[in-house]
Amino acid sequence: MIFPNSLATTYNDKVVRQFAIMTVVWGVVGMLVGVIIAAQLTWPELNFGIPWLTYGRLRPLHTNAVIFAFGGCGLFASAYYVAQRTCQVRLFGDKLAAFTFWGWQLVILAAAISLPLGYTQGKEYAELEWPIDILITLVWVSFAVVFFGTIGTRKVRHIYVANWFFGAFIIAVALLHLVNSAAIPAGFMKSYSAYAGVQDAMVQWWYGHNAVGFFLTAGFLGMMYYFVPKQAERPVYSYRLSIVHFWALIFTYMWAGPHHLHYTALPDWTQSVGMVFSLILLAPSWGGMINGIMTLSGAWHKLRDDPILRFLIVSLSFYGMSTFEGPMMSIKTVNALSHYTDWTIGHVHSGALGWVGLVTMGSMYYLIPRLFGQKQMYSIKAIEIHFWTATIGIVIYIAAMWIAGVMQGLMWRAINTDGTLTYTFVESVKATFPFYVLRLFGGLLYLAGMLIMLWNVLKTATRGRSVTVTIPTALAHA
Amino acid sequence: MDILYLLIPLSVILVFFILAGLWWAIHRGQFENIESEGERILKD
Repeated sequence: MIFPNSLATTYNDKVVRQFAIMTVVWGVVGMLVGVIIAAQLTWPELNFGIPWLTYGRLRPLHTNAVIFAFGGCGLFASAYYVAQRTCQVRLFGDKLAAFTFWGWQLVILAAAISLPLGYTQGKEYAELEWPIDILITLVWVSFAVVFFGTIGTRKVRHIYVANWFFGAFIIAVALLHLVNSAAIPAGFMKSYSAYAGVQDAMVQWWYGHNAVGFFLTAGFLGMMYYFVPKQAERPVYSYRLSIVHFWALIFTYMWAGPHHLHYTALPDWTQSVGMVFSLILLAPSWGGMINGIMTLSGAWHKLRDDPILRFLIVSLSFYGMSTFEGPMMSIKTVNALSHYTDWTIGHVHSGALGWVGLVTMGSMYYLIPRLFGQKQMYSIKAIEIHFWTATIGIVIYIAAMWIAGVMQGLMWRAINTDGTLTYTFVESVKATFPFYVLRLFGGLLYLAGMLIMLWNVLKTATRGRSVTVTIPTALAHA
Repeated sequence: MDILYLLIPLSVILVFFILAGLWWAIHRGQFENIESEGERILKD
């Protein structure tokens, strides 16, 4: 059967362009909300007594905006671009691809309105109420059809490793979303989870950690395996290792979730299973990290003068760091100290700002000029400045949270000789204040970098024009 | 922990799907001349 996309002579870059621009726009929005709530934690009066601006409502807005709007748009853009380029065929279903763009923007808009209004399912990273959940499902199924349709109609026999990562990410997120968001509606924008008590907690963190594994890891690894070799102009260090990385990661990821529920009502053995699987994950994660970084082997000098490559390689360093820290924190004795402290926040942000953020920014810096018929971004100097503000921002952020977290953990467990607690909770909050100020400063730097990127992207886009790229015929059927 | 009766079978089913994917990839020659595949993307 011949589908129209396999007869097309040009790539569908329109939808890639739309998603790429929105990645940057939502990045600014999501990080701005992050800075606001960081300021609120430091000075609680900053919600001005307005219910819509309280921390409890803005915090899910921040996480949804950075993960699903910024990260999500980046993943859509790169999955669509990479699938077309590596398969040498136009995207399957132009209208369906357009629907994924507008549908996803509608989801984000609905989140931006409903979360401050207080509509929530109360599940971390899955707060959106059931009507929005249904829209997400529709968009996601369309995404799967477009992506796998493109892979199915490919002109190149081999499916490049990045596509395997994108494919796993799409399937896993569909499954996670469907199972975790199962709820009984009780009116418009109100529902009750299909699960109760500790069952609900288990499903929630089965979802939550696999969202980290498949949305924030597998998806962005797909990005990494395409854009690192392209920007370095060298094939990935070991293609064989990238295949092993993929299969090892997806076989072992599913059961790390219970480490979020150490020392809770969850049965002890389930917690231990979660810990063991988390420790196993160190191996495939580091295999992939080393593979990505070693792509530069023999061409390290490129790091000196290519800020885009620096974004990508430093992102991999943060990936390595947080995938080491994660398994360590899942060890129950370490977790006894780290759990519920700001160390967790530091860990998450070393992954989010360091790995997900930097790899997305680097990939967009590669992608955006090409989508607008330009050789490179409007200002390379601005990329350089962005790199340093972002990196310094991350380091300040995570160092502040590490110190704050360990301090809180030690204060909470300190006991007097008579068995009473040495510190009250509020004393640990007071002691954390300077680190909250530092964290805010780190976040401000990171946001400033993103604003520089927005300016640079707008300059690049307005100077260039939307180009239509022809599918190279010589390479097709290779 | 009745929920494990849902989540564990789900993971097992998923593993079978992953195995099927791996089997497909091996038998359809996805991994032949594997190192040269890494270089192809540099030419697109």
